[in-house]
Amino acid sequence: MKICGPKCSLCCTLLSAWGIVQLGIMAVLFWVKSPAFIEDLSIPEEAHHDAGHFIDALDKSYKTIAQNCGIAAGMYVITLIISGWQVMVNKRS
Amino acid sequence: MGSIFRSEEMALCQLFLSSEAAYNCVSEIGEVGLVQFRDLNPDVNAFQRKFVHEVRRCDEMDRKLRYLEKEILKDKLQIIDTGENPAAPQPREMIDLEATFEKLENELREVNANAETLKKNSLELTELKHVLATTQLFFQGRDSEPNSSITQNLLPAEEGKGPVQLGFVCDVTNRERMPMFERMLWRVCRGNVFVRQSEVQQPLEDPVTREEVFKTVFIIFFQGEQLKTKVKKICEGCRTTMYPCPESAQERKEMGQGVEGRLADLRTVLNQTTDHRHRVLAAAAKHLRTWFIKVKKMKAIYHTLNMLNLDVTNKCLIAECWIPTVDMGSIRAALRKGTERAGSSVQPIINQMLTNQMPPTFHRTNKFTAGFQNLIDSYGIATYREVNPALYTTTTFPFLFAVMFGDAGHATIMLLFSAWMVLRERQLIAAKMSGEIWNIFFGGRYILLLMSLFSFYTGVIYNDIFSKSFNIFGSSWHIGDNANATEHNLQAWGELTLNPYYRDLYSGEPYPFGFDPIWQIAVNKIAFQNSYKMKISIIIGVFHMIFGIMVSLINHLFFRRFWNIVCEFLPQLIFLVSLFGYLCFMVFYKWVSFGSGEEFDIQHNSDCAPSVLIYFINMVLLKKDKPTGHCDVWMYDNQFTIQLILLVVALLCVPIMLIPKPFIARRQHNQRMRQLAVSRQLLETQGAGTSASSHEEEFEFSEVFIEQAIHTIEFVLGCVSHTASYLRLWALSLAHGQLSEVLWNMVMKIGLQQASTVGCVMLYLIFSFWAVLTVSILVLMEGLSAFLHTLRLHWVEFQSKFYKGEGYAFAPLTFKNIINGDEEEAA
Repeated sequence: MKICGPKCSLCCTLLSAWGIVQLGIMAVLFWVKSPAFIEDLSIPEEAHHDAGHFIDALDKSYKTIAQNCGIAAGMYVITLIISGWQVMVNKRS
Repeated sequence: MGSIFRSEEMALCQLFLSSEAAYNCVSEIGEVGLVQFRDLNPDVNAFQRKFVHEVRRCDEMDRKLRYLEKEILKDKLQIIDTGENPAAPQPREMIDLEATFEKLENELREVNANAETLKKNSLELTELKHVLATTQLFFQGRDSEPNSSITQNLLPAEEGKGPVQLGFVCDVTNRERMPMFERMLWRVCRGNVFVRQSEVQQPLEDPVTREEVFKTVFIIFFQGEQLKTKVKKICEGCRTTMYPCPESAQERKEMGQGVEGRLADLRTVLNQTTDHRHRVLAAAAKHLRTWFIKVKKMKAIYHTLNMLNLDVTNKCLIAECWIPTVDMGSIRAALRKGTERAGSSVQPIINQMLTNQMPPTFHRTNKFTAGFQNLIDSYGIATYREVNPALYTTTTFPFLFAVMFGDAGHATIMLLFSAWMVLRERQLIAAKMSGEIWNIFFGGRYILLLMSLFSFYTGVIYNDIFSKSFNIFGSSWHIGDNANATEHNLQAWGELTLNPYYRDLYSGEPYPFGFDPIWQIAVNKIAFQNSYKMKISIIIGVFHMIFGIMVSLINHLFFRRFWNIVCEFLPQLIFLVSLFGYLCFMVFYKWVSFGSGEEFDIQHNSDCAPSVLIYFINMVLLKKDKPTGHCDVWMYDNQFTIQLILLVVALLCVPIMLIPKPFIARRQHNQRMRQLAVSRQLLETQGAGTSASSHEEEFEFSEVFIEQAIHTIEFVLGCVSHTASYLRLWALSLAHGQLSEVLWNMVMKIGLQQASTVGCVMLYLIFSFWAVLTVSILVLMEGLSAFLHTLRLHWVEFQSKFYKGEGYAFAPLTFKNIINGDEEEAA
């Protein structure tokens, strides 16, 4: 039942909590196309030559990254549950 | 009046205690913890002091308690900490305590010795059991009849010689010794013995060392008496244990059964012994902490009593001690309580003495200010009653840290950690966690809390949260017509330049609070931030140093050193203000009068903005630049004249700092000597004895002059070097910002720029990697670095303007450390 010790499970819990908060906020910000993250987008080389294509690639990249952040946040929720359970197990033993 | 602004006023008092009440009075004083006793018998050897026997007895009791503690911990019992504070026991109770400890110790030693013997016996019996089992295996195939001798069938009978008789010995030894033993046997007996060995599968517990060892059973076969002696000697020499093994199988079986029975009995007895020991230890563990505290308090009281003097009548003890004057009342109350408890009728007397000695420095701190006071005291204890820098450090320290650390994200991490420590401090103190690093962090929790709050503020000002900026109010920069941002131009240039002159590019209204968020995507972000951060570093530095000089004025007024105000404070202040204060003025003037846009005329536009540093250098070198283009040479009218006047004034301050003070000091010294001589003559004519305490002060003029010269040079050069030293505020904040950006771009961006689906897993992993690096590098390492640099700025740049730090700490007799369970220093 015990996967990791008390220190490891506490670290994972804190990390997951931080991950959920930060990735959640980032997902929202990417969804509303915040210009602060404009340098984090991945725009393919071909789209650089035409303005219309560029804007389309921009929107697509924003949406993809927003989805990725959201799913990663969801994965961190699972990690939080698992490591929270580990913390309980360690406290009991 | 006590406060953290200045150290407490101390009084040297004489305490007269009656012999019966002395112990109890010192005990009560120790509980209050505000009296520092002076050692009145410094020349007396430790072994010749009055209470040396009692101290020795206390040491014995301490040793017994430590032995008990070790045994309790060995059995993994918990020592209960009820948090109660038992009073120091009366001297007559010491005998009872000693008897209790003696009994416990003896009982424990007896139990331990018994257990050891039992374990040794058990080990021997177990080995014997294994020997019997192994020999059974060896001879199994050979015995056709149970009663025939084993040795008979081993060798075929040679013709004419009759059956050969072989002897054998059974031994047990450690597995590691086996090869060495075999080789020695082979060499000594010249190969004429036969060894068979078998390893014991399970490890056996060694009674002495309590660890598990693997053993081997072996049988040595030999022929003849000489070999038998040799083999026996080698076995003894190699410290193997020999066991008698009967030859017939029947006898072996009987012996085996006997051994089993005895082993079972032994095991029962051993269990009962361990149970008994456990019960004894559990009973002791309940009281152990109370006993420890009582014994430690007794020892402390007797050490203190050793410092007192016995007066002529042998009926009372005299003590000299330093007491804060505001606490006289509580000390008197403690003394009364002690006398009552001792049942003595003689009231103790406190008598305040006048003295020239420098009293100890006592800062009354609470849990918040204690951390900052520790930082200051690490550099040097404040001189008696000079201004305590710790008061200001509570704010300036977190602020300067924040200027170097400014990142709202990292500040949030630090804030969560320090807030947890502060809110949970009662539980964390009770948990008594060990570990030096944890104690350092926990001791500084209030410092960390303040640092993180201030860092959040500067993070918002630098608009930096994990290297990204927030746009709350809307940026003041836009892409307007004047940017010429056509598709063709963008492809040709690659970069777009927004000129703030045009109001459709820059709105003219700056971002209300902090840096404009546009800067995080600007290529020239660092150049812009450098200019700002360097200037504010110099401004903060100059103001910090001016503040330090002002504090020295407070010190001069308090100590009535009025000549110092004229000869040190004023010239120092004027020097600093006229040179570096003027530098700050120029920075502010430039910020206000120069700008970009149509509101500023052509001489005050961005292409005519002068370099403040060049002006400063030219001021000192008295240089006049040549006019270039349409720009003015000077920022304002008569600038050259004003600068010249300021320079002359500053230079004039140097001889004022250097020359008058030694002469004044000499004159004051001569006046004092004359007054002393006059008063001594008066006393002699009146027939009274000469006063004891005054001692001749030497006044070496050359020494004082050189010292003053050193101070002057230190200050003048220090002004320049310390002002430049404050630029570390800029350097560290730049480094922090860049590290944060690099970490994001090199680590997090890879996670974000993934294609879909697989991207989430990568992002999931990379985020945790990024988070670990953020905490370890940016929060811990950079935090430590900024802490260190802030500390240096306080210790060197700020405190050198006013702090003498020549005092010694107040070390009262207090039982607080004993109750907290801290390690006590030997008195």
